[in-house]
Amino acid sequence: MAWRDDWRRVRAIARKDLTTELRAKVGFNSVVALGVTILILLGLALGPDAQALRNAAVGAVWLATLFSGVLAFNRSFQVEIETGALEQLLQYPGPRWTIFAGKLLGNLLFVTLMVAIVVAAGIVLFGVRIPAGWPALLGVLALGIVGLVLLGTFYASMASRSRAREVLLPLLLFPMLVPVLLAATTASKALLGADLMHEAGAWIRLLAVYDVVFFIATFIAFEHVIEA
Amino acid sequence: MFNAQPDRALDVSGLGKRFGARWVLRGVSLDVRRGEAVGLLGPNGSGKSTVLRIVATLLRPNAGAAAVNGFDVVREAGGVRGQVGYLAHSPGLYDDLTARENLWFAADMLGSPHAAAEATLERVGLAHVAGDRVRGFSAGMQRRLALARLILRNPRVLLLDEPYSNLDADGVALMNSVIAGILRSGGAALVALHELAPARAMLKRTCTLVAGRIEAPSPERASRDQPVPIPGTD
Amino acid sequence: MPATPPSPHSYPPRTSVWFAFVSFGAVIAAQTHAILTSPAEGDMGHLQKIMYVHVPAAWMTFLAFFVVLVFSARYLWKRNENDDLLAASAAEVGALFNGLTLMLGMIWGRPAWGVWWVWDARLTSTLVLFLIFVGYLALRAFVDDAEQKARWSAAVGAIGAINVPIVYMSVTWWRTLHQPPSSPATLDPAYTMGLRLNAIALLLVMIHFIRKRYEIARVERAAEHVAEAAAMGGR
Repeated sequence: MAWRDDWRRVRAIARKDLTTELRAKVGFNSVVALGVTILILLGLALGPDAQALRNAAVGAVWLATLFSGVLAFNRSFQVEIETGALEQLLQYPGPRWTIFAGKLLGNLLFVTLMVAIVVAAGIVLFGVRIPAGWPALLGVLALGIVGLVLLGTFYASMASRSRAREVLLPLLLFPMLVPVLLAATTASKALLGADLMHEAGAWIRLLAVYDVVFFIATFIAFEHVIEA
Repeated sequence: MFNAQPDRALDVSGLGKRFGARWVLRGVSLDVRRGEAVGLLGPNGSGKSTVLRIVATLLRPNAGAAAVNGFDVVREAGGVRGQVGYLAHSPGLYDDLTARENLWFAADMLGSPHAAAEATLERVGLAHVAGDRVRGFSAGMQRRLALARLILRNPRVLLLDEPYSNLDADGVALMNSVIAGILRSGGAALVALHELAPARAMLKRTCTLVAGRIEAPSPERASRDQPVPIPGTD
Repeated sequence: MPATPPSPHSYPPRTSVWFAFVSFGAVIAAQTHAILTSPAEGDMGHLQKIMYVHVPAAWMTFLAFFVVLVFSARYLWKRNENDDLLAASAAEVGALFNGLTLMLGMIWGRPAWGVWWVWDARLTSTLVLFLIFVGYLALRAFVDDAEQKARWSAAVGAIGAINVPIVYMSVTWWRTLHQPPSSPATLDPAYTMGLRLNAIALLLVMIHFIRKRYEIARVERAAEHVAEAAAMGGR
């Protein structure tokens, strides 16, 4: 079964990435620490008025996620490049999309864990009141994370191997994430309020379309960019 | 159109490669027949690693062509990868995984059972540190682990880049026994070296890379098909 | 040293000087026509006439993105380096027209709104698109190997271009949910003819710029190929 072999490879890569990250510990901890630090700085810069902070909460959490996410994405390829492991990885049989899928899975778990902590910190620091419809908020978060990780992993596969990787990844990634940022923040604000105009639904659909479109596009494009 | 000779394990013709404006390879031609090991000599920076990496499908040549057991490295890269085993100069291991985990990962990617990985660890003499993280390994131990991964691949053509560096006498003997085993079963090897001594017994002949080209052999042996004997082995 | 044979690649295209004159002439003619024949607009008077460059420039930006998309996809399919050079030329020229659109939007906005910038739907999405162009050009600048540069730019260019309608839509929703767009209206039929004429003229200019840029890129690449042959051929 070719797909069973492929799925085994995807799992092996994801497991390796997560094991490496969790063992290195310094990686996950510092990325989360950065996210929370950014939140604190934003709170200091935008506060201390409680209402202003509550209004800024959604934006602050997403910005903290974006900036610390960039570190996570570069790291996921860094580990391959530092020791020359990428060359060995490219030598294995099987389709290249399994490498992308494995990295994606690893990054998804990593970023979800990170976002959970950042969101919790955001709720506390910015005084957010959780509404009754909070599951919908989780849905928005999930769709946003998927879009972020898809494009982040894709661009990192190139940026991490170029000169000036620290600036190239955000430069490539952030403009592309504008729809995600707008959709996630606007929908979240609507859901945190009373969503009187049912805005959130349209934005959630936009996020879903975005995720599907770029899921297909990045998988197709990855084959072409992973070769040295 | 490059017509690779199918009886040659490795056929390289007119290979050119540049990095930016610097031409590293300017028309490299060599061949390796089944059952033989050929040494690729040359000073540091002469492009030996580049030749190996092009054959391993990690780099695309700017000119020329190469084929492994009939598979063209550019157009049939997947087929080539199934044939070759590339031992790079840097081991390419995951420092935060244990030796065992590194090999199990390789086994998963190759579709081999984990038992094969365990057996290979034994063979390279790392069974006693199988559960230790690679970060703590010496350079010699890392090379042995990389060799273990190479064995797992079960390659037909070995592409070895300075394989003896950091190995003690036992390690050298191990490397040679692995190479010999592959040659005996009809495989082949291209070994990049800057020093001939450890491989003297293994190599059938050598080519030397100078200024991006294979240095022409002495006038008595005008054709590159004539073996250049290694001093002391005649 | 043996003579190098003619490059196996076809000779670079020659941009006709005639075409340059025609395209620039068209712009002058279209602009003159528009300025002289269009009436002064209600609120803004003759300031409205800046639209005759601003709006076509915006249309050219989208067209340039489309060209980048088509030739990036074609490069990934056929791996013909000329497709990559054409996509890159279109991206450079597109960035130019994008910058022009932004500048003119701000110049129009200063007297009209009193400030240099508002987070208006069109201006904001134009700015984001400009950043996508910049990212593409930065990637090309930071990658040295020609083949890798072509492959990576093609992937980034195609994916960036796919995002253009999504960016535009999301920014427009973001603004219009709470207030209507504040860009100048262009739907008044009195202006349509002028806009169309200027759009055609600007299209000719953009085609000229892209062809010229492409010609330069092809000549540069041909020179590299000659150097390649020389490096390989000398014995």
